[in-house]
Amino acid sequence: MSYPENYRYAKSHEWLEVDGKTGIIGITDYAQSSLGDIVFVELPKVGDKLDAGSPFGSVESVKAVSELYSPAAGTVTEINEALNDEPETINTDANETWIIKLSLTGDESDDLLSAADYEKFVAEETGH
Amino acid sequence: MMTTETPSALRRTALHATHHAHKARMVDFGGWDMPVQYRGLIEEHMAVRTAVGLFDVSHMGDIQLRGPNSLAAVQKLLMNDASKLQTGQAHYSAMLYPNGTFVDDVVLHKLGDNDYLIVINAGTREKDVQWVRQVIGGMSGVHVNDFSDYYTQLAIQGPKAEATLQKLTGVDLSTIKNYWFTWGQVCGCHNVMIARTGYTGEDGFEIYIPSDEPTSARVWGEVLAAGEEFGIIPCGLGARNTLRLESAMALYGHEISDTINVFEANLGRYCKLDKDTDFVGREALLEVQNSGGPSRKLVGLEMVDRGIGRDGYPVATLDGTKIGEITSGSPAPFLKKNIALAYVPVAYTEPGTELAVEIRGQLVKAQVVPTPFYKRPKPAAPKL
Repeated sequence: MSYPENYRYAKSHEWLEVDGKTGIIGITDYAQSSLGDIVFVELPKVGDKLDAGSPFGSVESVKAVSELYSPAAGTVTEINEALNDEPETINTDANETWIIKLSLTGDESDDLLSAADYEKFVAEETGH
Repeated sequence: MMTTETPSALRRTALHATHHAHKARMVDFGGWDMPVQYRGLIEEHMAVRTAVGLFDVSHMGDIQLRGPNSLAAVQKLLMNDASKLQTGQAHYSAMLYPNGTFVDDVVLHKLGDNDYLIVINAGTREKDVQWVRQVIGGMSGVHVNDFSDYYTQLAIQGPKAEATLQKLTGVDLSTIKNYWFTWGQVCGCHNVMIARTGYTGEDGFEIYIPSDEPTSARVWGEVLAAGEEFGIIPCGLGARNTLRLESAMALYGHEISDTINVFEANLGRYCKLDKDTDFVGREALLEVQNSGGPSRKLVGLEMVDRGIGRDGYPVATLDGTKIGEITSGSPAPFLKKNIALAYVPVAYTEPGTELAVEIRGQLVKAQVVPTPFYKRPKPAAPKL
Protein backbone atom coordinates (compact mmCIF):
# COMPACT_ATOMS: atom_id res chain seq x y z
CA MET A 1 0.00 0.00 0.00
CA SER A 2 1.26 3.46 -0.74
CA TYR A 3 -0.13 6.85 0.23
CA PRO A 4 1.39 9.94 -1.42
CA GLU A 5 2.60 12.55 1.10
CA ASN A 6 1.04 15.48 -0.77
CA TYR A 7 -2.50 14.08 -0.56
CA ARG A 8 -4.81 14.27 2.41
CA TYR A 9 -7.16 11.45 3.33
CA ALA A 10 -10.73 11.04 4.56
CA LYS A 11 -11.67 8.32 7.03
CA SER A 12 -14.14 7.18 4.37
CA HIS A 13 -11.06 6.32 2.24
CA GLU A 14 -11.00 9.06 -0.40
CA TRP A 15 -7.86 11.06 -1.13
CA LEU A 16 -7.79 14.81 -1.89
CA GLU A 17 -5.07 16.57 -3.83
CA VAL A 18 -5.29 20.34 -3.83
CA ASP A 19 -3.84 22.22 -6.81
CA GLY A 20 -4.57 25.91 -6.34
CA LYS A 21 -8.36 26.24 -6.47
CA THR A 22 -8.82 22.74 -7.87
CA GLY A 23 -9.52 19.68 -5.72
CA ILE A 24 -8.73 16.29 -7.25
CA ILE A 25 -10.42 13.27 -5.65
CA GLY A 26 -9.89 9.53 -5.86
CA ILE A 27 -10.06 6.51 -3.56
CA THR A 28 -7.12 5.17 -1.58
CA ASP A 29 -4.97 2.17 -2.28
CA TYR A 30 -6.43 0.55 0.83
CA ALA A 31 -9.98 1.15 -0.45
CA GLN A 32 -9.34 -0.41 -3.85
CA SER A 33 -7.59 -3.37 -2.24
CA SER A 34 -10.43 -4.09 0.18
CA LEU A 35 -13.07 -3.72 -2.51
CA GLY A 36 -11.35 -6.12 -4.89
CA ASP A 37 -12.03 -6.14 -8.63
CA ILE A 38 -13.79 -2.85 -9.41
CA VAL A 39 -16.39 -3.20 -12.16
CA PHE A 40 -18.51 -0.04 -11.96
CA VAL A 41 -18.10 3.61 -11.01
CA GLU A 42 -21.16 5.83 -10.62
CA LEU A 43 -20.10 9.42 -11.37
CA PRO A 44 -21.81 12.73 -10.56
CA LYS A 45 -22.59 15.33 -13.26
CA VAL A 46 -20.38 18.25 -14.12
CA GLY A 47 -21.87 21.25 -12.34
CA ASP A 48 -23.08 19.29 -9.29
CA LYS A 49 -22.44 21.26 -6.09
CA LEU A 50 -20.99 19.19 -3.25
CA ASP A 51 -20.63 19.93 0.45
CA ALA A 52 -17.70 18.57 2.40
CA GLY A 53 -18.76 15.04 3.35
CA SER A 54 -21.63 14.79 0.89
CA PRO A 55 -22.04 11.64 -1.23
CA PHE A 56 -21.22 12.04 -4.92
CA GLY A 57 -21.27 8.55 -6.39
CA SER A 58 -20.21 5.00 -5.76
CA VAL A 59 -17.59 2.43 -6.64
CA GLU A 60 -18.66 -1.17 -7.05
CA SER A 61 -16.61 -4.33 -7.08
CA VAL A 62 -17.98 -7.76 -7.90
CA LYS A 63 -18.80 -8.26 -4.23
CA ALA A 64 -19.52 -4.84 -2.78
CA VAL A 65 -20.77 -1.30 -3.19
CA SER A 66 -18.91 1.60 -1.62
CA GLU A 67 -20.39 5.10 -1.46
CA LEU A 68 -18.07 7.98 -2.30
CA TYR A 69 -17.97 11.09 -0.08
CA SER A 70 -16.39 14.36 -1.05
CA PRO A 71 -13.55 15.40 1.30
CA ALA A 72 -14.11 19.06 0.32
CA ALA A 73 -16.84 21.43 -0.80
CA GLY A 74 -16.98 22.60 -4.40
CA THR A 75 -18.52 22.37 -7.84
CA VAL A 76 -17.75 19.38 -10.04
CA THR A 77 -15.74 20.63 -13.03
CA GLU A 78 -14.61 17.32 -14.50
CA ILE A 79 -15.50 13.65 -14.18
CA ASN A 80 -13.20 10.84 -15.24
CA GLU A 81 -15.37 9.35 -17.98
CA ALA A 82 -12.69 6.80 -18.87
CA LEU A 83 -13.83 4.97 -15.72
CA ASN A 84 -17.12 4.10 -17.45
CA ASP A 85 -15.20 1.76 -19.73
CA GLU A 86 -12.19 0.89 -17.59
CA PRO A 87 -13.15 1.07 -13.91
CA GLU A 88 -10.38 -1.46 -13.15
CA THR A 89 -7.74 1.24 -13.60
CA ILE A 90 -8.57 2.17 -10.00
CA ASN A 91 -7.28 -1.26 -8.95
CA THR A 92 -4.18 -0.82 -11.08
CA ASP A 93 -3.28 2.59 -9.69
CA ALA A 94 -5.63 4.11 -7.13
CA ASN A 95 -3.29 7.01 -6.36
CA GLU A 96 -3.03 8.20 -9.96
CA THR A 97 -6.64 7.49 -10.97
CA TRP A 98 -8.74 10.52 -10.16
CA ILE A 99 -12.53 10.24 -10.12
CA ILE A 100 -13.69 13.87 -10.02
CA LYS A 101 -12.21 17.36 -10.02
CA LEU A 102 -13.80 20.19 -8.04
CA SER A 103 -13.60 23.95 -8.12
CA LEU A 104 -13.05 24.34 -4.38
CA THR A 105 -15.21 26.72 -2.36
CA GLY A 106 -13.17 26.52 0.84
CA ASP A 107 -14.81 24.06 3.22
CA GLU A 108 -13.10 20.77 3.91
CA SER A 109 -14.07 17.82 6.10
CA ASP A 110 -12.53 18.68 9.47
CA ASP A 111 -10.93 15.29 10.03
CA LEU A 112 -8.76 14.91 6.93
CA LEU A 113 -5.58 12.98 7.70
CA SER A 114 -1.98 13.19 6.57
CA ALA A 115 -0.56 10.16 4.74
CA ALA A 116 1.16 8.92 7.91
CA ASP A 117 -1.95 9.37 10.05
CA TYR A 118 -4.14 7.69 7.43
CA GLU A 119 -1.78 4.72 7.35
CA LYS A 120 -2.08 4.47 11.16
CA PHE A 121 -5.87 4.79 10.90
CA VAL A 122 -6.06 1.93 8.40
CA ALA A 123 -3.76 -0.20 10.55
CA GLU A 124 -6.06 0.34 13.55
CA GLU A 125 -9.16 -0.32 11.50
CA THR A 126 -7.86 -3.61 10.15
CA GLY A 127 -6.24 -4.63 13.43
CA HIS A 128 -2.77 -5.12 12.00
CA MET B 1 6.50 -7.11 20.03
CA MET B 2 3.37 -7.88 21.96
CA THR B 3 0.53 -9.42 20.05
CA THR B 4 -2.85 -10.04 21.50
CA GLU B 5 -4.82 -12.89 20.05
CA THR B 6 -8.36 -11.80 19.33
CA PRO B 7 -10.65 -14.47 20.72
CA SER B 8 -12.58 -15.80 17.78
CA ALA B 9 -15.72 -17.87 17.85
CA LEU B 10 -15.35 -18.54 14.14
CA ARG B 11 -14.71 -22.11 13.13
CA ARG B 12 -11.75 -23.06 10.99
CA THR B 13 -11.11 -25.78 8.46
CA ALA B 14 -7.91 -27.81 8.57
CA LEU B 15 -6.59 -25.57 5.78
CA HIS B 16 -6.90 -22.33 7.74
CA ALA B 17 -3.13 -21.83 8.04
CA THR B 18 -2.72 -22.72 4.36
CA HIS B 19 -5.19 -19.99 3.37
CA HIS B 20 -3.26 -17.47 5.44
CA ALA B 21 -0.04 -18.56 3.80
CA HIS B 22 -1.70 -17.82 0.44
CA LYS B 23 -2.59 -14.35 1.82
CA ALA B 24 -6.28 -15.06 1.31
CA ARG B 25 -8.80 -12.46 2.42
CA MET B 26 -10.93 -14.20 5.04
CA VAL B 27 -14.60 -13.63 5.89
CA ASP B 28 -17.18 -14.97 8.30
CA PHE B 29 -19.29 -17.36 6.24
CA GLY B 30 -22.04 -19.01 8.26
CA GLY B 31 -19.85 -18.97 11.38
CA TRP B 32 -16.71 -20.14 9.54
CA ASP B 33 -13.55 -18.16 8.91
CA MET B 34 -13.26 -18.85 5.17
CA PRO B 35 -11.25 -17.46 2.24
CA VAL B 36 -13.40 -15.13 0.13
CA GLN B 37 -10.62 -14.53 -2.39
CA TYR B 38 -6.92 -15.13 -2.92
CA ARG B 39 -5.57 -13.20 -5.91
CA GLY B 40 -8.81 -11.73 -7.21
CA LEU B 41 -12.39 -12.82 -7.65
CA ILE B 42 -12.58 -12.31 -11.42
CA GLU B 43 -9.29 -14.14 -12.06
CA GLU B 44 -10.47 -17.03 -9.88
CA HIS B 45 -13.87 -17.15 -11.58
CA MET B 46 -12.26 -17.18 -15.04
CA ALA B 47 -9.79 -19.91 -14.04
CA VAL B 48 -12.71 -22.23 -13.27
CA ARG B 49 -14.54 -21.40 -16.51
CA THR B 50 -11.49 -21.73 -18.73
CA ALA B 51 -8.98 -23.98 -16.90
CA VAL B 52 -9.19 -25.24 -13.31
CA GLY B 53 -9.59 -23.89 -9.78
CA LEU B 54 -9.24 -25.40 -6.30
CA PHE B 55 -11.67 -24.68 -3.44
CA ASP B 56 -11.63 -25.63 0.24
CA VAL B 57 -15.23 -26.57 0.96
CA SER B 58 -14.57 -28.42 4.20
CA HIS B 59 -17.13 -26.27 5.96
CA MET B 60 -19.83 -28.33 4.25
CA GLY B 61 -21.39 -30.95 6.55
CA ASP B 62 -21.72 -34.70 6.06
CA ILE B 63 -24.44 -36.81 7.67
CA GLN B 64 -24.38 -40.56 7.23
CA LEU B 65 -27.48 -42.74 7.57
CA ARG B 66 -26.89 -46.48 7.87
CA GLY B 67 -28.88 -49.55 8.72
CA PRO B 68 -31.69 -51.69 7.30
CA ASN B 69 -34.17 -48.79 7.40
CA SER B 70 -31.82 -46.13 6.05
CA LEU B 71 -33.55 -45.98 2.66
CA ALA B 72 -36.95 -45.54 4.33
CA ALA B 73 -35.43 -42.80 6.51
CA VAL B 74 -33.88 -40.99 3.54
CA GLN B 75 -37.16 -41.24 1.62
CA LYS B 76 -39.09 -39.68 4.51
CA LEU B 77 -36.49 -36.96 5.04
CA LEU B 78 -35.76 -35.86 1.46
CA MET B 79 -37.93 -34.77 -1.47
CA ASN B 80 -36.16 -36.57 -4.33
CA ASP B 81 -36.65 -40.32 -4.92
CA ALA B 82 -33.64 -42.06 -3.37
CA SER B 83 -34.89 -45.49 -4.50
CA LYS B 84 -33.73 -44.51 -8.01
CA LEU B 85 -30.10 -44.15 -6.92
CA GLN B 86 -27.59 -46.88 -7.57
CA THR B 87 -24.56 -47.44 -5.39
CA GLY B 88 -22.01 -44.84 -6.41
CA GLN B 89 -24.61 -42.37 -7.60
CA ALA B 90 -25.63 -39.01 -6.12
CA HIS B 91 -28.43 -36.53 -6.71
CA TYR B 92 -29.63 -33.09 -5.70
CA SER B 93 -32.38 -33.11 -3.10
CA ALA B 94 -33.72 -31.13 -0.13
CA MET B 95 -35.05 -31.48 3.40
CA LEU B 96 -38.37 -29.70 3.78
CA TYR B 97 -40.54 -28.47 6.60
CA PRO B 98 -44.13 -29.77 6.71
CA ASN B 99 -45.27 -26.59 4.90
CA GLY B 100 -43.04 -27.37 1.88
CA THR B 101 -40.35 -24.75 2.60
CA PHE B 102 -36.67 -25.54 2.94
CA VAL B 103 -34.68 -26.82 5.91
CA ASP B 104 -31.72 -27.10 3.51
CA ASP B 105 -30.78 -28.32 0.05
CA VAL B 106 -28.43 -31.30 -0.06
CA VAL B 107 -26.61 -33.75 -2.26
CA LEU B 108 -27.50 -37.35 -1.40
CA HIS B 109 -24.91 -40.05 -2.12
CA LYS B 110 -25.74 -43.76 -2.08
CA LEU B 111 -22.62 -45.33 -0.57
CA GLY B 112 -24.12 -48.81 -0.68
CA ASP B 113 -27.28 -50.70 0.20
CA ASN B 114 -28.47 -49.33 3.55
CA ASP B 115 -25.80 -46.65 3.55
CA TYR B 116 -26.30 -42.99 2.52
CA LEU B 117 -24.28 -39.81 2.85
CA ILE B 118 -26.06 -36.44 2.87
CA VAL B 119 -23.84 -33.44 2.13
CA ILE B 120 -25.33 -30.32 3.73
CA ASN B 121 -24.58 -26.61 3.92
CA ALA B 122 -22.15 -25.10 6.43
CA GLY B 123 -24.35 -22.42 7.92
CA THR B 124 -27.17 -24.88 8.62
CA ARG B 125 -25.14 -27.79 10.00
CA GLU B 126 -26.45 -27.92 13.57
CA LYS B 127 -30.02 -27.19 12.51
CA ASP B 128 -29.84 -29.91 9.84
CA VAL B 129 -28.42 -32.57 12.15
CA GLN B 130 -31.11 -31.78 14.73
CA TRP B 131 -33.78 -31.91 12.03
CA VAL B 132 -32.57 -35.30 10.79
CA ARG B 133 -32.65 -36.68 14.31
CA GLN B 134 -36.11 -35.22 14.88
CA VAL B 135 -37.64 -36.54 11.66
CA ILE B 136 -36.27 -40.07 11.83
CA GLY B 137 -35.81 -40.21 15.60
CA GLY B 138 -38.60 -42.70 16.11
CA MET B 139 -37.55 -45.07 13.34
CA SER B 140 -35.75 -48.26 14.23
CA GLY B 141 -33.01 -49.77 12.10
CA VAL B 142 -31.26 -46.54 11.16
CA HIS B 143 -28.08 -45.10 12.59
CA VAL B 144 -27.35 -41.38 12.20
CA ASN B 145 -23.79 -40.06 12.29
CA ASP B 146 -22.49 -36.54 11.86
CA PHE B 147 -19.16 -37.01 10.06
CA SER B 148 -18.75 -33.33 9.18
CA ASP B 149 -15.49 -32.88 11.07
CA TYR B 150 -13.89 -36.02 9.66
CA TYR B 151 -13.45 -34.79 6.11
CA THR B 152 -11.50 -32.10 4.38
CA GLN B 153 -13.57 -31.55 1.25
CA LEU B 154 -11.76 -30.13 -1.76
CA ALA B 155 -13.51 -29.07 -4.97
CA ILE B 156 -11.40 -29.22 -8.14
CA GLN B 157 -13.48 -27.48 -10.78
CA GLY B 158 -13.11 -26.53 -14.40
CA PRO B 159 -12.51 -28.04 -17.85
CA LYS B 160 -9.01 -29.11 -16.72
CA ALA B 161 -10.20 -30.61 -13.41
CA GLU B 162 -10.07 -34.18 -14.71
CA ALA B 163 -6.59 -33.78 -16.20
CA THR B 164 -5.37 -32.26 -12.92
CA LEU B 165 -6.80 -34.87 -10.58
CA GLN B 166 -5.90 -37.75 -12.90
CA LYS B 167 -2.21 -37.08 -12.18
CA LEU B 168 -2.84 -37.84 -8.49
CA THR B 169 -4.88 -41.04 -8.65
CA GLY B 170 -4.88 -44.47 -10.28
CA VAL B 171 -8.67 -44.37 -10.63
CA ASP B 172 -9.70 -43.84 -14.25
CA LEU B 173 -11.63 -40.61 -13.78
CA SER B 174 -13.05 -40.66 -17.30
CA THR B 175 -15.29 -43.55 -16.21
CA ILE B 176 -16.99 -41.45 -13.48
CA LYS B 177 -20.11 -39.87 -14.92
CA ASN B 178 -21.59 -36.58 -13.78
CA TYR B 179 -23.11 -36.98 -10.28
CA TRP B 180 -21.48 -40.38 -9.78
CA PHE B 181 -18.61 -41.19 -7.42
CA THR B 182 -16.18 -43.89 -6.47
CA TRP B 183 -13.41 -44.55 -3.97
CA GLY B 184 -9.73 -44.77 -4.61
CA GLN B 185 -6.24 -43.68 -3.73
CA VAL B 186 -5.55 -39.94 -4.09
CA CYS B 187 -2.15 -38.49 -3.17
CA GLY B 188 -1.37 -41.69 -1.30
CA CYS B 189 -4.54 -41.53 0.84
CA HIS B 190 -6.59 -44.70 0.61
CA ASN B 191 -10.37 -44.95 0.17
CA VAL B 192 -10.86 -41.33 -0.78
CA MET B 193 -14.37 -40.61 -2.01
CA ILE B 194 -14.06 -39.02 -5.47
CA ALA B 195 -17.31 -37.48 -6.71
CA ARG B 196 -17.97 -35.81 -10.05
CA THR B 197 -19.99 -33.05 -8.39
CA GLY B 198 -19.63 -29.33 -7.73
CA TYR B 199 -21.28 -25.97 -7.35
CA THR B 200 -19.77 -24.02 -10.21
CA GLY B 201 -21.73 -25.11 -13.30
CA GLU B 202 -18.47 -26.51 -14.63
CA ASP B 203 -17.15 -30.06 -14.87
CA GLY B 204 -15.21 -31.04 -11.78
CA PHE B 205 -14.66 -33.25 -8.78
CA GLU B 206 -15.10 -33.10 -5.04
CA ILE B 207 -12.78 -35.27 -2.98
CA TYR B 208 -13.19 -36.17 0.69
CA ILE B 209 -9.85 -36.65 2.43
CA PRO B 210 -8.93 -37.12 6.11
CA SER B 211 -9.33 -33.83 7.97
CA ASP B 212 -6.01 -33.78 9.85
CA GLU B 213 -3.96 -30.68 9.10
CA PRO B 214 -0.82 -32.28 7.64
CA THR B 215 -2.78 -34.48 5.21
CA SER B 216 -5.11 -31.65 4.23
CA ALA B 217 -2.26 -29.23 3.57
CA ARG B 218 -0.23 -31.84 1.68
CA VAL B 219 -3.09 -32.85 -0.64
CA TRP B 220 -3.99 -29.16 -1.22
CA GLY B 221 -0.38 -28.52 -2.25
CA GLU B 222 -0.21 -31.59 -4.48
CA VAL B 223 -3.40 -30.62 -6.31
CA LEU B 224 -2.02 -27.13 -6.94
CA ALA B 225 1.26 -28.60 -8.19
CA ALA B 226 -0.56 -31.07 -10.46
CA GLY B 227 -2.69 -28.31 -11.94
CA GLU B 228 0.12 -25.84 -12.41
CA GLU B 229 0.61 -26.73 -16.09
CA PHE B 230 -3.08 -25.92 -16.67
CA GLY B 231 -3.00 -22.64 -14.74
CA ILE B 232 -4.74 -23.79 -11.56
CA ILE B 233 -5.25 -21.22 -8.79
CA PRO B 234 -6.88 -21.42 -5.37
CA CYS B 235 -10.38 -19.95 -5.43
CA GLY B 236 -12.42 -18.43 -2.64
CA LEU B 237 -16.07 -18.25 -1.76
CA GLY B 238 -16.43 -15.02 -3.76
CA ALA B 239 -15.80 -16.85 -7.03
CA ARG B 240 -17.80 -19.83 -5.81
CA ASN B 241 -20.77 -17.50 -5.41
CA THR B 242 -20.49 -15.81 -8.82
CA LEU B 243 -19.91 -19.18 -10.51
CA ARG B 244 -23.02 -20.73 -8.97
CA LEU B 245 -25.03 -17.58 -9.73
CA GLU B 246 -24.09 -17.67 -13.44
CA SER B 247 -25.30 -21.27 -13.39
CA ALA B 248 -28.46 -20.19 -11.47
CA MET B 249 -27.87 -22.69 -8.67
CA ALA B 250 -29.72 -21.94 -5.44
CA LEU B 251 -27.96 -20.76 -2.28
CA TYR B 252 -29.57 -21.38 1.10
CA GLY B 253 -30.64 -18.13 2.76
CA HIS B 254 -31.01 -16.51 -0.66
CA GLU B 255 -33.05 -18.45 -3.27
CA ILE B 256 -34.24 -21.03 -0.76
CA SER B 257 -35.20 -20.66 2.90
CA ASP B 258 -37.88 -21.49 5.43
CA THR B 259 -40.23 -18.96 3.78
CA ILE B 260 -39.87 -20.23 0.18
CA ASN B 261 -41.39 -23.45 -1.14
CA VAL B 262 -40.08 -25.91 -3.70
CA PHE B 263 -42.29 -24.76 -6.59
CA GLU B 264 -41.53 -21.09 -6.03
CA ALA B 265 -37.82 -21.93 -6.24
CA ASN B 266 -38.34 -23.82 -9.55
CA LEU B 267 -36.96 -26.99 -7.99
CA GLY B 268 -40.00 -29.14 -8.69
CA ARG B 269 -38.00 -31.43 -10.96
CA TYR B 270 -36.06 -32.67 -7.91
CA CYS B 271 -39.25 -33.18 -5.88
CA LYS B 272 -40.98 -36.52 -6.44
CA LEU B 273 -44.50 -36.10 -5.10
CA ASP B 274 -45.45 -39.47 -6.55
CA LYS B 275 -42.65 -41.57 -5.05
CA ASP B 276 -44.04 -44.52 -3.12
CA THR B 277 -43.08 -43.14 0.31
CA ASP B 278 -44.55 -40.11 2.04
CA PHE B 279 -42.04 -37.38 2.88
CA VAL B 280 -42.05 -34.28 5.04
CA GLY B 281 -43.55 -31.40 3.06
CA ARG B 282 -45.34 -33.55 0.48
CA GLU B 283 -48.89 -32.82 1.58
CA ALA B 284 -48.40 -29.04 1.59
CA LEU B 285 -46.78 -29.16 -1.87
CA LEU B 286 -49.63 -31.28 -3.28
CA GLU B 287 -51.98 -28.60 -2.04
CA VAL B 288 -49.92 -25.87 -3.75
CA GLN B 289 -49.94 -27.90 -6.95
CA ASN B 290 -53.68 -28.59 -6.82
CA SER B 291 -54.55 -24.97 -6.14
CA GLY B 292 -52.91 -23.80 -9.39
CA GLY B 293 -49.25 -23.54 -8.39
CA PRO B 294 -47.32 -20.85 -6.56
CA SER B 295 -48.18 -17.15 -6.90
CA ARG B 296 -44.53 -16.05 -7.19
CA LYS B 297 -41.51 -17.66 -8.81
CA LEU B 298 -37.78 -17.32 -9.09
CA VAL B 299 -36.64 -15.71 -12.34
CA GLY B 300 -33.37 -14.69 -13.90
CA LEU B 301 -32.86 -10.97 -14.52
CA GLU B 302 -30.32 -9.26 -16.70
CA MET B 303 -29.71 -5.55 -16.20
CA VAL B 304 -30.49 -3.63 -19.40
CA ASP B 305 -29.36 -0.18 -18.27
CA ARG B 306 -26.19 0.60 -16.34
CA GLY B 307 -26.37 -0.59 -12.76
CA ILE B 308 -25.86 -3.68 -10.63
CA GLY B 309 -28.83 -5.26 -8.89
CA ARG B 310 -27.70 -6.81 -5.63
CA ASP B 311 -29.06 -9.08 -2.89
CA GLY B 312 -32.14 -7.54 -1.29
CA TYR B 313 -32.73 -4.78 -3.86
CA PRO B 314 -36.43 -4.26 -4.75
CA VAL B 315 -37.76 -5.35 -8.14
CA ALA B 316 -40.49 -3.16 -9.62
CA THR B 317 -42.57 -2.74 -12.73
CA LEU B 318 -41.42 0.02 -15.09
CA ASP B 319 -43.87 2.44 -13.44
CA GLY B 320 -42.24 1.83 -10.06
CA THR B 321 -44.70 -0.55 -8.38
CA LYS B 322 -42.68 -2.87 -6.16
CA ILE B 323 -43.39 -6.51 -7.04
CA GLY B 324 -40.48 -8.49 -5.64
CA GLU B 325 -36.91 -8.69 -4.47
CA ILE B 326 -33.52 -9.83 -5.69
CA THR B 327 -32.18 -12.86 -3.79
CA SER B 328 -28.71 -12.85 -5.40
CA GLY B 329 -27.33 -10.25 -7.77
CA SER B 330 -23.85 -9.54 -9.05
CA PRO B 331 -21.73 -8.75 -12.05
CA ALA B 332 -21.18 -12.05 -13.89
CA PRO B 333 -17.44 -12.19 -14.60
CA PHE B 334 -17.57 -14.72 -17.46
CA LEU B 335 -20.76 -13.45 -19.14
CA LYS B 336 -19.72 -9.83 -18.54
CA LYS B 337 -23.31 -8.86 -17.73
CA ASN B 338 -25.02 -7.82 -14.54
CA ILE B 339 -27.34 -10.63 -13.51
CA ALA B 340 -29.67 -11.47 -10.66
CA LEU B 341 -32.14 -14.01 -9.37
CA ALA B 342 -35.38 -12.58 -8.00
CA TYR B 343 -38.83 -13.56 -6.81
CA VAL B 344 -41.66 -11.95 -8.78
CA PRO B 345 -45.38 -12.74 -9.29
CA VAL B 346 -45.93 -15.42 -11.97
CA ALA B 347 -47.45 -12.82 -14.32
CA TYR B 348 -43.96 -11.30 -14.70
CA THR B 349 -41.92 -14.47 -15.24
CA GLU B 350 -42.02 -14.71 -19.05
CA PRO B 351 -38.53 -14.19 -20.60
CA GLY B 352 -38.40 -10.80 -22.26
CA THR B 353 -40.61 -9.12 -19.63
CA GLU B 354 -39.20 -5.68 -18.87
CA LEU B 355 -38.86 -4.84 -15.19
CA ALA B 356 -36.85 -2.40 -13.09
CA VAL B 357 -34.50 -2.82 -10.17
CA GLU B 358 -34.46 -0.09 -7.56
CA ILE B 359 -30.82 0.84 -7.00
CA ARG B 360 -30.30 3.45 -4.29
CA GLY B 361 -33.61 5.11 -5.06
CA GLN B 362 -33.31 4.96 -8.88
CA LEU B 363 -35.28 2.61 -11.14
CA VAL B 364 -32.84 0.84 -13.47
CA LYS B 365 -34.20 -1.23 -16.34
CA ALA B 366 -33.79 -5.01 -16.35
CA GLN B 367 -35.34 -7.88 -18.24
CA VAL B 368 -36.41 -11.42 -17.44
CA VAL B 369 -34.11 -13.95 -19.12
CA PRO B 370 -34.05 -17.76 -19.20
CA THR B 371 -31.90 -19.55 -16.62
CA PRO B 372 -29.26 -20.81 -16.26
CA PHE B 373 -27.51 -17.66 -17.42
CA TYR B 374 -24.48 -19.81 -18.26
CA LYS B 375 -24.43 -23.37 -19.50
CA ARG B 376 -21.09 -25.08 -20.00
CA PRO B 377 -20.32 -26.16 -23.55
CA LYS B 378 -20.93 -29.85 -24.16
CA PRO B 379 -17.69 -31.73 -24.75
CA ALA B 380 -17.08 -32.10 -28.49
CA ALA B 381 -18.31 -35.40 -29.89
CA PRO B 382 -15.43 -37.82 -30.51
CA LYS B 383 -14.39 -37.92 -34.16
CA LEU B 384 -15.18 -41.20 -35.87
